[in-house]
Amino acid sequence: MTCLSTTAKIFHYLEVRTVAIFRLINSRLKRFAYQSQELFYFSVKMVRAVFARPFYVPETLEQMYLIGFGSLYLIVLTGIFAGEGFALAFSVELADFGAKDYLGRIMSIAIIRELGPILTGLMVAARVASGITAEIGAMKSSNQIDAMVAFGIDPVRKVAVPRMVALVLMVPVLTIICDAIAIIGGYLVAVFVAHVTSTMYWSAVRDRLLFGNIFIGLLKPVVYSFIIAFISCFKGFSSSGGTKGVGRATTESVVLTSITILVMNFFITRVVFTLIKGWL
Amino acid sequence: MIELKNISFAYEEKPILKNISFKVGPSESLVIMGPSGSGKSTILRLILGLECPQEGEILIEGQNICTMKEKLKREVRKKIGMVFQDGALFDSLTVGENVGYYLLEHTDMSDEEVTARVTQMLGFVGLDADEILDVLPDQLSGGMQRRVAIGRALLSTDPSVMLYDEPTTGLDPKATEQVLNLIRKLRHERTIATVVVTHQIVDAISIADRFVVLLAGELVFDGGLEELRDSTDDGVDTFLGPFRASFEKVNRRQFVR
Repeated sequence: MTCLSTTAKIFHYLEVRTVAIFRLINSRLKRFAYQSQELFYFSVKMVRAVFARPFYVPETLEQMYLIGFGSLYLIVLTGIFAGEGFALAFSVELADFGAKDYLGRIMSIAIIRELGPILTGLMVAARVASGITAEIGAMKSSNQIDAMVAFGIDPVRKVAVPRMVALVLMVPVLTIICDAIAIIGGYLVAVFVAHVTSTMYWSAVRDRLLFGNIFIGLLKPVVYSFIIAFISCFKGFSSSGGTKGVGRATTESVVLTSITILVMNFFITRVVFTLIKGWL
Repeated sequence: MIELKNISFAYEEKPILKNISFKVGPSESLVIMGPSGSGKSTILRLILGLECPQEGEILIEGQNICTMKEKLKREVRKKIGMVFQDGALFDSLTVGENVGYYLLEHTDMSDEEVTARVTQMLGFVGLDADEILDVLPDQLSGGMQRRVAIGRALLSTDPSVMLYDEPTTGLDPKATEQVLNLIRKLRHERTIATVVVTHQIVDAISIADRFVVLLAGELVFDGGLEELRDSTDDGVDTFLGPFRASFEKVNRRQFVR
């Protein structure tokens, strides 16, 4: 009797816990679906706002300076060390096959098509997305966003759009700089460590500077800049709960932006690679 | 001119306001009182059209602000001056840029013209433009920030109603009196309606024609000072609490009206 009663209790407990877990999953999924829908609407609103007057040119130029020039040191450091590390790892492997002369080709393809855009995207996401979310979140929690609305100013147009335009213009430029610096970093390793001749390295790099590689290498940063702008601005505008809420929104913004960039990187490479295979 | 009809509002399924109805007439001064979290500030956000209720309607001069198109909403908001809690000044802009924000954004006025209007407005709210025009808001005291916020609201709109969200919270007695005097001066010099949200009962008595008391999102009182004092409602009693004993001592005549 006691045994049956204990078994029934265990089953009841398991039933209750299982229902609770499913309820939690259900509410999380609903929240995710709701947030995705809100993010989509917000993104559409941002894109539409780009074409509507007034245009906030001084704000956009300021953001271009802050995002572009402000991220330059980070991109240079990332590019040089990533390029050197990458070249170092591959030069050892290629040496085993007597193919060190191909280092330039590998560097050219890997940096321009993959590493440059993704490193730039992640670095800008870490530095700029957190800044945007924190700034907008702080403005929201101190009612500055509401004050703008009260004075007839659309905060999306005034605050979000200049940041998005600045990102779309500056991230590709930063990517090109990152690519160039990383290839130079690779050159230093190729010449001074792997003892590849300078001419061989640069001609190999030049060989793979094809339209398809450059196209993918420049398409990716444009897509990443939209991702950074949409998510970071959305998280800022939708933050709530005071200082703690702004902190939470900032963390979510960086995590979500970074993951989305990595996922999109795979899909862009896969889709575009298939579409423009002939130019690669 | 402002009418709330059977308003119910919930935030993320949590009820904030339950079936609230009241009116604010032209040049009337209404004070909304209640403890923290009773939904006072939400009412101001609803009047301004920053949020919309799940039930009921908010009529501004007979028009429902929640069903208006954004362009029309902007026109309606030009008639409503809002002073947010803690001022909500743009912290990256100077005092001058804050007060002249609307003029800089929406008009073709030259910088000199805007500065002249800003200087005049700062003078109206009792501040010396020469001293504070180029400083950032966080370098000002709380009372000065509130007065700058009032100046910004006045220069940004042509208000027939002013909304104040906790205008004296956190201020010392002198700054409180300066802000209250400014609210009274505005009301009498410009004959505009005033809606003040506060939980400072003495401040409320000094500026109100009428009182609305909210408790846990429900309207428990709507009436004048005498009715408030004589009210036997449990909700009013809960809110007024220990203050009721000294209610009689509050001499309205001590305030400049």
